[in-house]
Amino acid sequence: MTSAHSIASSPRYAPLEPRACSAALMIADDAGMAAIDALIGQNPELGRKATILRIGATAPPDTLPAALDGALSQARMGLQVWLAGSQGLIARAQALLLAAGLPKGAIQSEHRGTAARRMQCVHCKTLAEGVTTDPYTCPGCGRALFVRDHFSARLGAFQGVCIDAETPGDIPEPQELRL
Amino acid sequence: MIQLRLTDKTPLSPRITRFRFQHPDGAPLPVFSGGAHVMVEMQDGDILRRNAYSLISDPQDGSGYEIAVQREDQGRGGSRFMHEQAQPGMLMRLGQPVNLFGLNLTARKHLLIAGGVGITPFLGQIPELDRLGADYELRYCVRSRDEVAVDLPGAQLHVSDEGSRMDLDGVLGAQPIGTHLYVCGSARMIAAVLDRATALGWPPDALHSEEFLAPAPGEPFDVHCARSHKTLTVGAHQSMLEALEAAGIDAPWLCRGGACGQCETDVLACDGQIDHRDHWLHDDERNRKIMPCVSRFRGQLLTIDR
Ligand code: FES
Repeated sequence: MTSAHSIASSPRYAPLEPRACSAALMIADDAGMAAIDALIGQNPELGRKATILRIGATAPPDTLPAALDGALSQARMGLQVWLAGSQGLIARAQALLLAAGLPKGAIQSEHRGTAARRMQCVHCKTLAEGVTTDPYTCPGCGRALFVRDHFSARLGAFQGVCIDAETPGDIPEPQELRL
Repeated sequence: MIQLRLTDKTPLSPRITRFRFQHPDGAPLPVFSGGAHVMVEMQDGDILRRNAYSLISDPQDGSGYEIAVQREDQGRGGSRFMHEQAQPGMLMRLGQPVNLFGLNLTARKHLLIAGGVGITPFLGQIPELDRLGADYELRYCVRSRDEVAVDLPGAQLHVSDEGSRMDLDGVLGAQPIGTHLYVCGSARMIAAVLDRATALGWPPDALHSEEFLAPAPGEPFDVHCARSHKTLTVGAHQSMLEALEAAGIDAPWLCRGGACGQCETDVLACDGQIDHRDHWLHDDERNRKIMPCVSRFRGQLLTIDR
């Protein structure tokens, strides 16, 4: 069983770069803070005008939507956003930002810390936070799911697909996900 | 290309005139989307010109197509032909509408900035925005009041010689998240607006522009077409694309304004300097490609793959 880590829809997270902006919003978990610090190190002025939302490292907390609402309520075009941390945090924040109308081009992200992914089961649609193995067991329907690299920006989740559909019961040993 | 009858010619301002085209049998014309342009073919003496003009009539109205042409006395002659020689009753050939400046319908709001005759593509977009009930803000910038071609109740008019210039930073800084910006006007104005927007943090995917480039005239030059084994002289008031067409050499095109990429042509040899005037090629392609619809050449000989 090989996992397809090269599928093109997998999001790519380049190192964060300073960019001209009228307002700056930075969202990071504990591991992501190092990337934010490096960014501000490159451009201290950016740090001075930035609003930084620091989100707990483990399972993306439900404080994110409310915190973002607050940060976006007065926002105008010219806002640039930097995201850093786990895939789950990046994906959720990006989905919320896009839903608020922010163009994709105003968002940068850098993956730091855990390789855990936010997954959605394509069969029962249950979202699973912090998935660290491939395959994983869907908390909704109990199927063994293969961790695909196909990513939905709208949901902010990768797709999990039943791994033993053709030969039921033939489930490979779960492997740790790596970055 | 379709053959249409010029049915009306009405001055809108001292330099801008509106032209209406209808099907000779009264048949309906294909509808289009706001921001689209058509190519108008003009038989100007022995030169066949094709100039692109934005459609300014309601995109859903198939009873006719309307364009507005600003007279450019320094231009190559297309606008002079329209102003002086095109007369109601004449049959002229027009291309199908093509849209390289369409609205992004996912936008939360549309900020439209027009400079002078750059108002024209927006005239096709306004009925579309009104029908959608979309939120938009139209800024119409002119140098003096007699440049105003249309009276737009929904627009904010900025007349620079009356001191009501647009506060660009103020306008750009006041837009809600999800606004898309569209700018049409002179090359200078477009560059100024896009530069400021970028400096203020607007991402490229929210920025749209259309420059009115009719190919500018220049010195005559020679071009060798390797595949057709022909060497042509491109006249001062001719584009390289027009010279290819006049010599019967088949060359693709769509916008004839350096924006769409259709006419991209490989340069096989170049003893001189290519005068790139397009918005299409990347910097690293400019030594091996040319856009014959707008670009020119200075030097001994240019060899292209046509
Ligand atoms: S025809 Fe569109 S770039 Fe030349």
